[in-house]
Order: sequence, then structure tokens, then C-alpha cells
Amino acid sequence: MKPLRVHKGITVPMHKINIDTDQIIPKQFLKRIERTGYGDFLFYDWRFRPDGSEEPSFVLNHPVFRKGSILIGGRNFGCGSSREHAPWALSDFGIRVVIAPSFADIFFNNCAKNGMLTVILSEEQVAELARRAQEKPGHQLTVDLENQTVSDDQGFRAAFLIDPFKRHCLLHGLDDISLTLQHEADIEAFEKKRVQF
Amino acid sequence: MSQPRTLFEKLWDSHVVRHAEGEPALLFIDLHLVHEVTSPQAFEGLRIAGRKVRRTDLTVATVDHNIPTTTADRFRITDLVAKQQVEALRANCAAFGIELFDVGTVEQGIVHVIGPELGYTQPGKTIVCGDSHTSTHGAFGALAIGIGTSEVEHVLATQCLQQHKPKAMRVRVDGRLPEGVTAKDLALAIIGKIGTDGGAGHVIEYAGEAVRALSMEGRMTLCNLSIESGARAGMVAPDETTFAYVKGRRAAPKGAGWDKAVAYWRTLATDEGARFDKEVSLNGSELTPYVTWGTNPGMVSPITGRVPNPQDAASDAERSALERALSYMALKPGTQLTDIAIDRVFIGSCTNGRLDDLRAAARVLRGYKIHPKVHAMIVPGSQAVKAAAEQEGLHRIFLEAGAEWRESGCSMCLGMNPDILQPGQRCAATSNRNFEGRQGKGGRTHLVSPAMAAAAAVAGHFTDVRAWQFKDQEK
Repeated sequence: MKPLRVHKGITVPMHKINIDTDQIIPKQFLKRIERTGYGDFLFYDWRFRPDGSEEPSFVLNHPVFRKGSILIGGRNFGCGSSREHAPWALSDFGIRVVIAPSFADIFFNNCAKNGMLTVILSEEQVAELARRAQEKPGHQLTVDLENQTVSDDQGFRAAFLIDPFKRHCLLHGLDDISLTLQHEADIEAFEKKRVQF
Repeated sequence: MSQPRTLFEKLWDSHVVRHAEGEPALLFIDLHLVHEVTSPQAFEGLRIAGRKVRRTDLTVATVDHNIPTTTADRFRITDLVAKQQVEALRANCAAFGIELFDVGTVEQGIVHVIGPELGYTQPGKTIVCGDSHTSTHGAFGALAIGIGTSEVEHVLATQCLQQHKPKAMRVRVDGRLPEGVTAKDLALAIIGKIGTDGGAGHVIEYAGEAVRALSMEGRMTLCNLSIESGARAGMVAPDETTFAYVKGRRAAPKGAGWDKAVAYWRTLATDEGARFDKEVSLNGSELTPYVTWGTNPGMVSPITGRVPNPQDAASDAERSALERALSYMALKPGTQLTDIAIDRVFIGSCTNGRLDDLRAAARVLRGYKIHPKVHAMIVPGSQAVKAAAEQEGLHRIFLEAGAEWRESGCSMCLGMNPDILQPGQRCAATSNRNFEGRQGKGGRTHLVSPAMAAAAAVAGHFTDVRAWQFKDQEK
């Protein structure tokens, strides 16, 4: 997993509540058996018209926003299906950070497992970032995981909280399975005493 | 004396393998259910790292999401990408030594239908699956959590899940549900009340008279929809109804083990005085059948209601979400829900694809013909459900009414197989999500109970099933 310490990038405004994972990656793309290559299908039904051409009004088809790497979402971002294809698609497209007032639990976990950072800020802070992103396409933000801050050159600065273990794993790009397997003796001990009928 | 604990806390405490300060707990997983869509990348990860599946004896797989539901196409997946995914599961199960209930076996079905049916799902277990509707299994007093593919790989390799302890929430439903009001309506009422993120970060325990009175099928429907309020899991304390359902099933404890198991399961219910982080209560006797009118399950109203007006929304964000939803659904504010005409009906899914659900639909359809403008499809949740329904003759009622009677699978709940809505088609569905494009790009989904879906199929529009003229006597 790629470590993430400080990330600077263009913000993409998608400030809409309840963006579900069915929108992030529609079901027709879940049949593939690979972990990569989902970026082309990100927000497919919003991004493309029925004839396959780009929908010009969609934010990710904007020449500047398509180079974005920090998505500014709305409340309950990533709700619905557990499909990890959603963070895979975001990541493959180039998104490394999603900022929102709240996230759905499974999506939140899935992002961390793929080296993507989810940042929770207040409704007001997110609205302000969405406004800046919208009004000045190309607005850049620096997300500093080490110091747990989000800031831009125009005076926006916010601190965020993150679970220390998750922060540690993201900073060092650690693989969960190897970490757990360090405790194999504990697992074996548990297996011996667990309730069974 | 020890502190009173909730059902959830008892399960949590009894499964913690390790919990170091500042780290998520490591929870032991008693049952891992696997299907074709969220597992190939996990098995690939194991292969690359040279890892094995730690507990093949606690892992069971089936194919459900991609499988065609027409008898003729059952073994002939024409979508080559879908075919490759199903074949990948076969190869992975064979290579890693996992039992697979493949298409063509009597056990095959939707993963959340067959787990309980085969007796794998039991009170007191921790259960995971790479599917958000894993919450279904909580109906048995299990702690059942939906996970992503990286976590699937983690559980395959370690039989453990890293998890921060969620908070506990209780939803108490007093009173009895009136005739014609089902577990589906109750679940939709709860989501309508607490919102699509009202359960986020929590495990919900459903309690109260109305919940106790539900059959296991009803409890599964209720717990299934927990994820639609954002909850980590939903649970119902095990009781005599639970034990009677589990007893005698293939993987259920037998003989002396059964008595020991039941004695243990009886200790799991929430202790008197245990504390919940959040409590919500509803009066079940005041509930009605519900219909969703928007693009998430929280956008729901009683059948007697109307499509809301975005101008009445509490905030700008809510208003724009409402406007977008009504535009997608092609509905005008103020429309009576009973005036909404439909093109398609889908009865099935892990939410409402069990025998009780099919019985409820058949009772409505008996002696009626489906409206000429409506195409109805009934998809049993498993091969066992299909066989049981046919044994009772339910399929004849469906066929005589003019509905299609299919083979088991996830089908048009999410349309990964060929069963999809065409753009603009409006569907009364017994499934779990009415998101944009969920059942097919441009398709419009309204979530309802099986009885309400069946009544809409006949009427051609939504109608209050409480006023239905049943033709129970006719043969």
C-alpha cells in the first residue's frame, strides 16, 4: 500500500448528501475480477450519456476537475453497498482524499484499506471548501496527515481527528493482514477455547 | 455482580481475540460467507502473498449475484465477464478447499437466504460476508457485519476481523403490527424515522412486542434493512421462535450439543438495565404499509400519503436532494402514492425472497390476473425456497396470475445478471435499494412489501393492501 503523509491537490466539489456506492461505481462494472482499471467507470451513469459520450455538466468532465485528487462530498458519503470497487474506482481515477461531514461505515473502512484518506470536517467547513472548489476551479488544498490539518493558500485551515491506528497504517502504508498475523498465537489460543457445539 | 450487558456486548466480549490500547479489536469470526462478486480480488491477494485460507471449515460459498434466473439460461452465462467471475469462484473454492453451493445444487441461493436455511446461521455467532446485507443474519441473535473485499481477504487469511467497537442502539417497537403491515413496512418506517445515516456507527437491537411477534423470515427482513439506516449490524435476541427455526437444519447442533447450545443461547438476551447509547421507539400498532417515492430507502411514506414537496424541506441540502430525486423518479409533488402507475413488479431478493414472502404475495394474487400493462417476476431466494413454494402450489398461483416464476438468485434487486429495468420503467420491488439506476440505468424503483407488490401488480398502480379482497376460498 502506498504511504500517505502530505497530499496537495485540486479539490472537486461534489457536495450532495447520500452519494451511494451504486453511483460511484454502477453494478455492471462489478463483474471484473481485477482490482485495477475501475477509474474509467467512476460515476459512470452521471459521467456519461446513454450514447457513451461525456455529460458536459458533470463535474468530473470539467477540464480542471478531472485532474482533481481531493473530493469534497456531502453527508453520509459512500452509503449503500459494501463494494470495495467504489474506493478502487476513486483511487484509480486519481482521488486520494475524500472530505465530507460524515461517511458510511463500510466505505470509510474500505478507503483506509486502499491507502485513501477520508477526512471528516464540520458541515460548515465542508460547505466552505465546496464553495471554494466550485468558484475557483483549480483550488488546491493541502492535506497533512502527520499534523492532521487541511489548509489552502487563501486562509482556510482546519484540524481533523483520525483514529490513531488508521493514521499509523496510512502513514506507513501497512498491510493489515501481516499486522494481524503477528498475533497468530493469540488467534490459536482463542480457537482452542472458543464456544462450539 | 457483573454489569448488565446488551446482546451485542455479550457477542462482542466473547469474540475478542485481542484488544490492544489504541488499536481496533481483533474479533474472531465464526462464519464467513463468500460469493462471486466481492471475493476474486481477495483470493488473488492470498495467492500473491502465498497465504492459505485459515479456516475452510468456517467458510462457505455460493453463486448468487450474477446467475441467470431463467431455467433455460441457468448454466449458460452469455455475459463473458460475469461468466469469468463465476468460474473464478469455482476455481478459488477448489484451490483453497472451500465448500461451494454452485448453480445446479439444491442448496444454491442468495447467500443471506441459504446461510440460515442450512443452519449455518446461529445465535451467538459472529458472521461476515462481503455484502452489506449481511446484517440479515442478526435476526438470529448473531453479530453479522458486512465487509469489503480487503476485509474478506483478511478474514480468509486470519479468521479475524479488525473492528472498532460500534455503539449500541435499541429500536423498540411496542404494540402489534396491524393486518397487512409487515416486517418490510416496519423496517421502512424505522428508516424513514431515523434516516439513512441514523444507525451509522451503531449496532441496532430491535426489541419490543411487535419484533417478538415476527417470524424468523420477518426478523430477517427487518435486520436485512439495518444497513439502509447506515447501521453496522441489526440484531434480535434469540428466543423460542429462533430455536424452532434452527432446530434440525443441516449445520445446526445435534443431540446433546443442541441442548447445550440452546442453554447458551438463552443467556444471550440483553440484561435488564443494560445501557444503550441511543434509543428509539415506535408504536407498531399505528403503522401502515409503506412505499418509497425517492432514491434512497429513507424517502418513504405511508401508502395513504403523497409525494412531498421539496419546498417543505428542512435545509437547502435536503431540498436539492429531494428535487433531484423527484426529477429522477418523474414524480410531481403532491401526487397520491396510490395514483402512481407501475410497469414492472419484482418479488424476491435477500430482503423478501423467502417462503413467507412468497406466501404473502400468493395470497394476494390468488384468483387475480396481473394488470395487462404490468410485467411481474417472482424470484425465489434459494432453490430450497423454490422447491417449498412449488410443494405448496404457490408457483401455480403466480403462473395463473400471469407472473414469471424464476430460478433463485439476486436477480433484479441489483441487475448484475440479465434481469434489469429498461430506462424509464417504474417498478414495485420487494428488494432493498431504490438508488438511481439500481435495477437498471434510468429505472425507477419503489420499495414495498411482497403483499403490496402483488397488489400493485394486479391494480397496475400502488394500492393499500389492507383493503384487498382476498379470494382465499377459491381453488
